[in-house]
Formats: sequence, structure tokens, C-alpha cells
Amino acid sequence: MLRIRILAALGRARTFWAVFRKSRLGMAGLLILVAYLAMALSAPALEAAGLLRDPALINEDAQGNVLNYQPPGAMFAMGSDHIGRDLLSRMWFGSQYTLLIGFISSIFSMGLGTVVGLVSGYAGGWIDEILMRVVDFFLVLPTLILALILAVTLPPPGKVDLWKLIFVVGISLWATTARLVRAQVLSLKERQFVLRARAIGAGDGRIMRKHIFPNAFSLVFAEGILTIAVAILTESFLAFLGLAPDEIITWGKVLQDALLHSALASGLVWWVVMPGFLIVGVVYGFTLLGYALDDIVNPRLRRR
Amino acid sequence: MTVALLDVRDLKVHYDTREGTVRAVDGVDFSLGEGQSLGLAGESGCGKTTAALAIMGLLPSNGRIAAGSIEYGGYDLAKLTDAQLRAFRWRHISIIFQGAMNALNPVRRIGEQIAEPIILHEKVEREVAMGRVGELLELVGIHRERSREYPHEFSGGMRQRVMIAMALACNPKIVIADEPVTALDVMIQAQILELLERLKRDLKLSMILISHDLSVMAETCDTMAIMYAGKTVETGSVRDVYKRPNHPYTKDLIGAFPDIEGPPHLPAYIPGLLPSLIDPPSGCRFHTRCKYAWQRCIDEEPPLDAVGTGHRSACHLNTSERPS
Repeated sequence: MLRIRILAALGRARTFWAVFRKSRLGMAGLLILVAYLAMALSAPALEAAGLLRDPALINEDAQGNVLNYQPPGAMFAMGSDHIGRDLLSRMWFGSQYTLLIGFISSIFSMGLGTVVGLVSGYAGGWIDEILMRVVDFFLVLPTLILALILAVTLPPPGKVDLWKLIFVVGISLWATTARLVRAQVLSLKERQFVLRARAIGAGDGRIMRKHIFPNAFSLVFAEGILTIAVAILTESFLAFLGLAPDEIITWGKVLQDALLHSALASGLVWWVVMPGFLIVGVVYGFTLLGYALDDIVNPRLRRR
Repeated sequence: MTVALLDVRDLKVHYDTREGTVRAVDGVDFSLGEGQSLGLAGESGCGKTTAALAIMGLLPSNGRIAAGSIEYGGYDLAKLTDAQLRAFRWRHISIIFQGAMNALNPVRRIGEQIAEPIILHEKVEREVAMGRVGELLELVGIHRERSREYPHEFSGGMRQRVMIAMALACNPKIVIADEPVTALDVMIQAQILELLERLKRDLKLSMILISHDLSVMAETCDTMAIMYAGKTVETGSVRDVYKRPNHPYTKDLIGAFPDIEGPPHLPAYIPGLLPSLIDPPSGCRFHTRCKYAWQRCIDEEPPLDAVGTGHRSACHLNTSERPS
């Protein structure tokens, strides 16, 4: 029985892959993301092999002088920063936390948005009214401004640790998902199979879980991939403004260092361009993948 | 007639809308004997489906049973709470919904969907329920291997069979079939009707068949109730209603069916539209379209009175002469 199930799941995955492969942009997005993932996963191994320096190491020359503000060259492929840390290494390692924060906060945001959207759309009436006013509160401000305000005001004041950062990014993004899921649920709950589910004796929880959610899942999934892109952008923005924990490295923080130490004025172009390029690249990858998935799973756009 | 299993008396179902109260069902009477099948007929919008939903306790949130009773097994279903009704639904009374395409969840396997009421009501293990699903599928003429397929892999007629299997999942006493063959082509219609008839005989089911197609009813039902604008206007055995229709509406309805043996002509139709159910006409609801109507029909509502053995009709012509 289990074997049959696994085989069936494999079969479905193969069909999906066959369709997905035809989407050139989707494949491009996937390739970009695979490259980023490889970067994040390979960082520790490369360091161990001596190919990357410790990103936190303050490099000094033989005389004990700190090698800061070095231009790209034989010593530092992408130069060094204001306290002599290897920028290539910082960017390579930066992919780890950037992706991780993007993933976790997106999952958090999707979870919250999906539950609120499901309950709101299904229950209707005053529950819907209250939940949607809460959603409106999160929607009226632009995402980045909202994230900024929350990061500054939420306790503990002035200090952003890793989980607070993830929470802030997630909470800034869930409202869009809630709206999307609610709209889908409003249409799904009027379908006759929901009435049938009620007729056979299924309760509200079961109807939402087993009948409505599976019909909205593909939409949530595609939306989730797109949300990762926004989450990474938001996190980079916060880190750029210094609202990130000290102990982690992300591209946003590298950019902040560059800003604070007038990298462009000093002609250290790489310091600014590379993290910017990396952020744009990963956002682009997730966006391409997200739209390609949307193309496939969204029945209205499907071209099978 | 046998003892009534389900007895609907003067049932009134109202919907509250912004435009006012819609009296979708406003005085429906019929009874269903054990092992019998009852046809509920009438044109679109006359309250057939609403009556069925009321019996199942599945009215939408703006609908309520305003008056009347639905007697079943010593209970009045009209007065039970939703939680109490859940125990009756599907175990005692199940429904085959109008349009099987929409009543199946597109992203779940049909086997799981048929098993769902069994698991919910009988609290049995999944494996036991799936075994029953196999039997049910074979009962309706589908290979049991197909329980692993999704609704879109079935044709319209096959999906209707799946719906029937689902309706039978908890061995109900009464099955309500709401327009079970309306969306199907004639060949498949005949197959499905035959299947329903066979199941009714073999499983000793009682059935309520809702349709606007009188020929379907004439073939499959024992008794029928004709509805007009939310009211029962005539009930009786199929033979009586079909061969000796009493109510002018029934006569017109039967007259609207083409006769393939007679001379070719367009079938007759009933002029006018179904009246508004928010503000229904006074007296007899059919008076706006009835060719016999006179002043009394506008002033006074005719009662549903016996016109023969087990044959009742609501028309003033039965009790008084039409003034000429």
C-alpha cells in the first residue's frame, strides 16, 4: 500500500516536472536558485578546504597592520572591508542567513496568512469583518515601512535578534496571503462539494482542512515562493538600516557597512555592487520560479 | 398505501434577502411510504430543491423553516438542532446532489470521498471503510480499482454513479435524488434511472426523485407531488396524476410534453412566468396563469383536498362551478 502511494507520488512528480521543464523562465529561475543554494551549502566546506577565509577574521599583514579597504586583487578577490575582513568570504557566507531568513519568515507568513484567510473566508460575518480589519492594518503601510516600524518598536526595544527579525519580516507579509486565500475560499465554499461535505456530517474544521484547503494549496504554494523573494528583500532592507543581529552575516549588512564607510566615494565599487547584485539575483530567481509555478498550478492560466 | 416513513406537512421555508422574505416553499405536503418512490415535480424555481434541503437540514444561512413538520421515525426533523440532525443525515436520509460534476471535490480521490461519510458516521478504520467503498463502487457498476482516481478522470455518467455510491455509503433508508439525470444525455439517463430503480428494489430504499421531467417520473415513481410557486398543488399515485390530472397546472404541465405518436405540432406551453415568491399572488397562486381562473381564485386559497383515493388537489373547480 505504502509502496503504491510512493510510486503514485513519484508519477505525479514526474508529470509535474515534464510540464515545468517546458517553462523556460521557470527553469532559468530554478537554475539561479540552485546556484544560490550551492553557494550557501558549500560555504563551510570551502572554508575548511582553505578556499575561503573566515568571514569574521580581521586580516593583517606580516607587520600586524590591519588590511582594511583593500581593492580587489590577488589577496582579496573582492577586496576587504573597513576592518579588514574578506568581502568575498562575507558574501559567500551571507547567502546562508539571507536564504534561511527568507525561507523561515515566508513559511511563517504563509502559515499565518493561510489560517487567517481560511477562517475569515469560511466563517464570514463578524469574524471575517474583524480579521479583515486586522489585515487592513497590515496592508495600509508599504511592506518596507511596516517592517521598519515593527523592527524598531517591538520589544526588546532597539535590539533585533534572529527570531525577532524573522518574526518582523513574516508579520509584514502575511496580510497579502490572507487576502488571497480568503478570496479563493469565498469562491470555494460556495461550491457544491462543500455542501456535500456538510451533508455527510463533516464539521467546519474538517471541511476547511480536507475540502477547502487542498483546493487552495497550489495557489498558496506558488504565492509562498513569490513571498520568499519579498521576504529576502525586506530582510536586506532591515539589515541595511542596521536592524539585524550582530552575530549573523547577510548581504544587507555588507551593504550597510559599505554605506557607513563611504565605499563608493573610496572607489570600492565591488563592495556595493556585489551584495546588491546577489540580492537582485536571488529575488529574480524566486520571482521567475514563482510565476512559472503560478502558470502551472493556476487553473485559469494553465496551458497543459 | 403503506405506512408513511417520511411525512411532510405544510412545510414552509423562507429565505431572508435584502429585497424581502422569499417564500421559496410555502405549504408543501407529501408523504413517502416505505420502499416507495415519490416524484417531486414542478418548473424551475418552484421550491423543489429547497424542500429537499430543508428535509436534510442543509438550508443556507439565510434560510429557515418557518412552519410545518417533517416527521420521520417519530422525530420532527424540522425542530431538531443542527447537531441532532447530523446523526440523521446520511445514516437515515442521504442526497444525490444536482450536478455530480460540482458535488465532488476535484482534488481528492473518489474512494476517499465515498469513504468519508463511513468514517465520520461509523467511526471505523480507514481500511474497513475502503473495503466498503469497493463494494459500493461495484454496486453502481464501477470497477473497484477506480477508487484511486480523481473526479476529472470520470465521465459525467460515471460521476453520477460515484455520487449514487456515496449516497448509499451508510445504508440510508431514504435517498433524495435532486435532478439526478438532468445534465446527462438520454442514453446515460436511462442507465442511471435503471440503476436507481434496481438499487431501490434490491436495497429496499425509499426515494424522493426531484425533477422537472414528468416522463422520468412516470417511469420510476410510485407517487408524485406537483409543486407550483412553493406549494403542493396535486399529489397522488403516478397513474392518477398522470392519467387523470385534476389541477389545471398539472394538466398544462402534462400538455407541455410532446406526443411522438400524435400529429406533429409544437408542444403547448403555459403562458406567463412563475410569480414572485417575495410577494406571491393572493388566493390560488396559479390564478395569474390559469385559463379557468375567476374571482374566487383571487380571493380565496383552495385547500389541498381529496379528489380520489390517495389523490389530492388544490383547486376551486372541485368544490364549485365556475361562473360563466
